[in-house]
Amino acid sequence: METTVNKTGTEDKIWGGGNQPLKVSYGKMMMWFFILSDALTFSGFLAAYGFSRFKFIDSWPIADEVFNHFPFLHGVDAPMYYVALMTFILIFSSVTMVLAVDAGHHMKQKKVILYMFLTIIGGAIFVGSQAWEWKNFIKGEYGAVETKAGQILQFVDAEGHRVKLEEIAILNTNKERVQHEAKNGIWYQGEATLPTYTIEEIRTGFAKQNDLLIRMQTLTEDGQKTVLSREESLKRLNNDAIGIVEGANLLHNEYGTPLFANFFFFITGFHGFHVLSGVLINIIIFINVILGTYERRKNYEMVEKVGLYWHFVDLVWVFVFTFFYLV
Amino acid sequence: MAHDTAHHESNIGKIWKVFFLLSVITIVEVILGIIKPPFLVETTVISMKLLNWIFIILTIWKAYYITWAFMHMDGETKGLRRSVVWTAIFLICYLIFILLTEGDYIYEVFKGGYKAWDF
Repeated sequence: METTVNKTGTEDKIWGGGNQPLKVSYGKMMMWFFILSDALTFSGFLAAYGFSRFKFIDSWPIADEVFNHFPFLHGVDAPMYYVALMTFILIFSSVTMVLAVDAGHHMKQKKVILYMFLTIIGGAIFVGSQAWEWKNFIKGEYGAVETKAGQILQFVDAEGHRVKLEEIAILNTNKERVQHEAKNGIWYQGEATLPTYTIEEIRTGFAKQNDLLIRMQTLTEDGQKTVLSREESLKRLNNDAIGIVEGANLLHNEYGTPLFANFFFFITGFHGFHVLSGVLINIIIFINVILGTYERRKNYEMVEKVGLYWHFVDLVWVFVFTFFYLV
Repeated sequence: MAHDTAHHESNIGKIWKVFFLLSVITIVEVILGIIKPPFLVETTVISMKLLNWIFIILTIWKAYYITWAFMHMDGETKGLRRSVVWTAIFLICYLIFILLTEGDYIYEVFKGGYKAWDF
């Protein structure tokens, strides 16, 4: 291989850039060190997540109850399956990436194009799946009530099945509280959307249905959520509850502590951003492969470098998967 | 480094083997995560459930395969490999140790009843 671009004419000059201390090209070495620093960033996030989780070790939301949706299976409790599928998609796109790198080593342009294309598709599906996961989490499912202290109270029936707010609430037809809109105010500012139900509607509904109980955030010895007795439930709801929570955002989370939502949005969001940028970089290199840039360079190292980044994204996901969904 | 194509024998067989292995590990993780065998949940090793230790070990095993087989860390020089891997392992272990210790301490403080957090 005489005419690689990597040859800069300085090969013989040890002090003039011709030295390759670790027997890798400059670009590849820098990619490795970038990956190292990025890995440490992610570790910082995940360790902070671990810190918060240890802080609330006996009241952390149960992931199986939060992420139990699967496309086209409405109302079916399917924990883990969807995220397992996402993990497979990402691992498989990693495989096609490494196949592209391998084909690049053998200068097979057609194969590199095919495998890079599959990689990009896999990455795009993954980002889309993550968006769907976010949507479900933001929308929530059952709804809950929040206390003065920010504790989440969820509703269950006598068998321990979750009950939705809409099944409890007795609607008050002449509500006084209406959504404040910007056009009505002096300062031209609206307010956040009002919850579907008011706390009074839930209270009256809860009092009527005698088999309803309240489920707390705290976990029992065997890792289940604590369910209060009927008397205690009524007491908590009437004395402490101040508002309705539907779904999750950065301030409120119907599944438990808002910290869970914060870390979920932040860490999977940061990872999703990495996947997105990985897909974009892959597309750039993909176009270059099609144009024959690396064929002319007689060297597909660029594919190898984006491959490193892509595998790193997969590597991070393996850890996110474990710490958010399994542990 | 100029890649001499003559030195690259095809790794396709190995790639599929690693993919198979990663898939099996993931499936085992998912199955364990769904059935949660009571024995593994009840046993505690070094203040964590045995099941969680299994998940973490399987994850590190997967990470090893991704780094070594897919990222070709096994083909790099010892110097590069150590400067990346050892640095990461040392700093991450240190960070996890201090943060989790601190988190556990704060949990104890909350539990001690000096602070009312459920009212």
